[in-house]
Amino acid sequence: MMAPRSTDELLHLVRQQGAIARGNGRAYGDSAVSATNTIHMKHFNHMVSFDQETGQLIAEAGVLLADVIEAFLPLGWFPFVTPGTKFVTLGGMIAADVHGKNHHKDGSFGAYVDWIDVVTSDGSVERCSKTENTELFEWTLGGMGLTGVILRAAIRLRPVTSAWIEQTTLVADNVSHAMELFEQSMDATYSVAWIDCLQKGQHLGRSLVMLGEHADAGSVPTRFRKTPLQGPAKRRRNFPINMPNWALNGPTVRVFNACYYWNGKRKPKRQVVDWDSYFFPLDAIQGWNKVYGRRGFAQFQCVLPLSHAKDGLNELLDAIANAGSGSFLAVLKRFGPQAGKFSFPMEGYTLALDFPVNAKTLALMNDLDRITLQYNGRFYLAKDSRMPRDVFLQSEPRAEDYIKYRQSKGAPTAFSSAQSERLGL
Amino acid sequence: MSKGTVLVLGAKSDIAMAVAHRFAKDGYDIQLAARQADDLEASCTDMELRFRVKVTQHDFDALDVSSHAGFVDALPILPSVVVCAVGYMGEQAENERDVEAAAQVIRSNFEGPASILAELANRFEQRGSGILVGISSVAGDRGRATNYVYGSAKAGFTAFLSGLRNRLAKKGVHVVTVLPGFVATKMTEGMDLPAKLTAQPEEVADKIFNAVQKRRNVIYAKPIWWMIMMIIRNIPEGVFKKLKI
Ligand SMILES: Cc1cc2nc3c(=O)[nH]c(=O)nc-3n(C[C@H](O)[C@H](O)[C@H](O)COP(=O)(O)OP(=O)(O)OC[C@H]3O[C@@H](n4cnc5c(N)ncnc54)[C@H](O)[C@@H]3O)c2cc1C
Ligand SMILES: NC(=O)c1ccc[n+]([C@@H]2O[C@H](COP(=O)([O-])OP(=O)(O)OC[C@H]3O[C@@H](n4cnc5c(N)ncnc54)[C@H](OP(=O)(O)O)[C@@H]3O)[C@@H](O)[C@H]2O)c1
Repeated sequence: MMAPRSTDELLHLVRQQGAIARGNGRAYGDSAVSATNTIHMKHFNHMVSFDQETGQLIAEAGVLLADVIEAFLPLGWFPFVTPGTKFVTLGGMIAADVHGKNHHKDGSFGAYVDWIDVVTSDGSVERCSKTENTELFEWTLGGMGLTGVILRAAIRLRPVTSAWIEQTTLVADNVSHAMELFEQSMDATYSVAWIDCLQKGQHLGRSLVMLGEHADAGSVPTRFRKTPLQGPAKRRRNFPINMPNWALNGPTVRVFNACYYWNGKRKPKRQVVDWDSYFFPLDAIQGWNKVYGRRGFAQFQCVLPLSHAKDGLNELLDAIANAGSGSFLAVLKRFGPQAGKFSFPMEGYTLALDFPVNAKTLALMNDLDRITLQYNGRFYLAKDSRMPRDVFLQSEPRAEDYIKYRQSKGAPTAFSSAQSERLGL
Repeated sequence: MSKGTVLVLGAKSDIAMAVAHRFAKDGYDIQLAARQADDLEASCTDMELRFRVKVTQHDFDALDVSSHAGFVDALPILPSVVVCAVGYMGEQAENERDVEAAAQVIRSNFEGPASILAELANRFEQRGSGILVGISSVAGDRGRATNYVYGSAKAGFTAFLSGLRNRLAKKGVHVVTVLPGFVATKMTEGMDLPAKLTAQPEEVADKIFNAVQKRRNVIYAKPIWWMIMMIIRNIPEGVFKKLKI
């Protein structure tokens, strides 16, 4: 892996072909890995300017979301869209066109990108935006690094008056109920559901639906009211050891999930939560993936179109519950419409799951693939490490146009990842 | 409000940059000094945006010792803390053959850093306060066939820092000696370093920051290097001279 320190060094590497940019490596699979030419963007981590009037930040692609928040939240600005971890780069967020808990209302990260500078296959730096060089712009959002290397970008932040979120927790008896709650909460800025994956029958998809709004300065807990734009200091919880794989069979996970459920249920329905705990609960648990043991874990995330969502989700959750192999985390979100050419979201529901990797769960994931296809859904490439090519191509009628676009730009030889090779992109 | 000002010498080094970030994060203003300081423009802007402190850049050549007094005079303010990261490893094989090359290594690691710290030490002494941090190396703890030119220059620098600390101990001025083992930086890029023994620049920066707050004398980064070097120092010369380490 190479980590260029200047634009010249970067251009030189791109000319070697077979290149793929790597941000902070938080995509679960092989999207940021190339057999011969992985370009680590860690030295492109300078912030260039910030406009306090408009909230526009210009920064290099390797800047971390965590650093953006640290720098600008104290001034009253917060990113419009945040994924479930803050340890991602701007480049990675643009390349995956990431979504947050507010997609139904605010869309994906790309909606707040004013322009991007991209190193393309001919080794030049091209600026693109909604109005300039639009094809490159649209394919780069969600294009998984396959249009070129993002060098820098201008993004917009949202004004906030506090570092806190007012959270309302609702309990849903099953997945249909959860969907009703989502539909009734389309005005909520943030919404997300945590599902207890082990329930069956009429409790299939029992979940906690959590809504959130940015709190104004007056609602901040009294202790912190003097400095409303500052969260409390964090203590990290540690999972210091790798739990053995046998600890992950059904019963353990069942308890894990039930605890989560009841623990959440007992808390007051309305709470004010600091931004870090609210948006990035997993970041507080260093090495949290260790609870799955050394064999690691895989993710599955699909989206189903609104019209098929209820049937599809029931079938997916049924397959998961019957497999009895439990998922520590199952997250459901409502997506709004999506404009991008190759971005993952579409109007409907997205289900994200974590599995310990073993033969049983791999088989289960093939079942989930099949069900997703049956309901006209598609898959999130940032979470994929295993999808067979035919499943991908069947799920993505848009792939054909993307491949054509790449070919017209000489991109297939210039940029490729292990994932693009596997999927035939 | 600024907590003080930190002058970072050899600011283009990854360790130096991490140190600058660490202090800026805590509210210190920063002076970045390096050869061709113009290249540091982007880093200055970046740090001002991230940490809302004042960051300035200054041309500085450690080998141009006659310029050092003038360099300090021209600083917008006499800093409260100085961290010197200037260093140059060179190629041992070349250093064995080429006296000029060896002299360059010796001067870059010893003469230059000692000269600028001496200048600053005198001004700190006059003021009655200040902290000087010198980044030397474990390579200076014992000369080895594979890098003794660099190592001996670092040994000289380590001894210089120790003497300076001794001299200024009662004058309100403190000296910190930093002895890194392997650090993943530009200097070691492409080398095959053992991961467990290799520190990240941010780790070294944290150590330096804490050492300044606590006025520590000598620190190893990582601490395991203290152990390793104690063993290496204690191998009898008769045995040591036959070893390949
Ligand atoms: C705990 C956790 C929770 C997550 N939650 C969410 C979520 O809620 N919503 C969501 O959308 N995603 C989520 N993700 C996925 C994550 O946001 C994406 O994978 C994101 O792309 C990772 O960014 P990165 O900087 O680590 O990029 P990497 O993982 O390094 O790369 C990801 C992709 O971006 C490309 N890329 C990176 N930098 C550049 C660049 N400079 N130029 C061109 N291409 C580039 C790579 O080629 C690759 O295709 C989550 C991930 C984790 C680990
Ligand atoms: N990396 C390690 O494993 C390791 C281990 C032990 C100790 N150290 C020490 O740690 C310090 C920082 O090193 P690093 O690893 O970050 O490597 P580095 O990037 O090579 O840093 C050394 C810096 O010293 C500067 N420099 C050299 N000669 C100079 C001169 N005459 N005037 C001004 N600046 C000069 C260089 O500036 P230019 O950019 O202009 O060349 C460079 O930025 C060094 O003292 C090094 O010896 C490093």
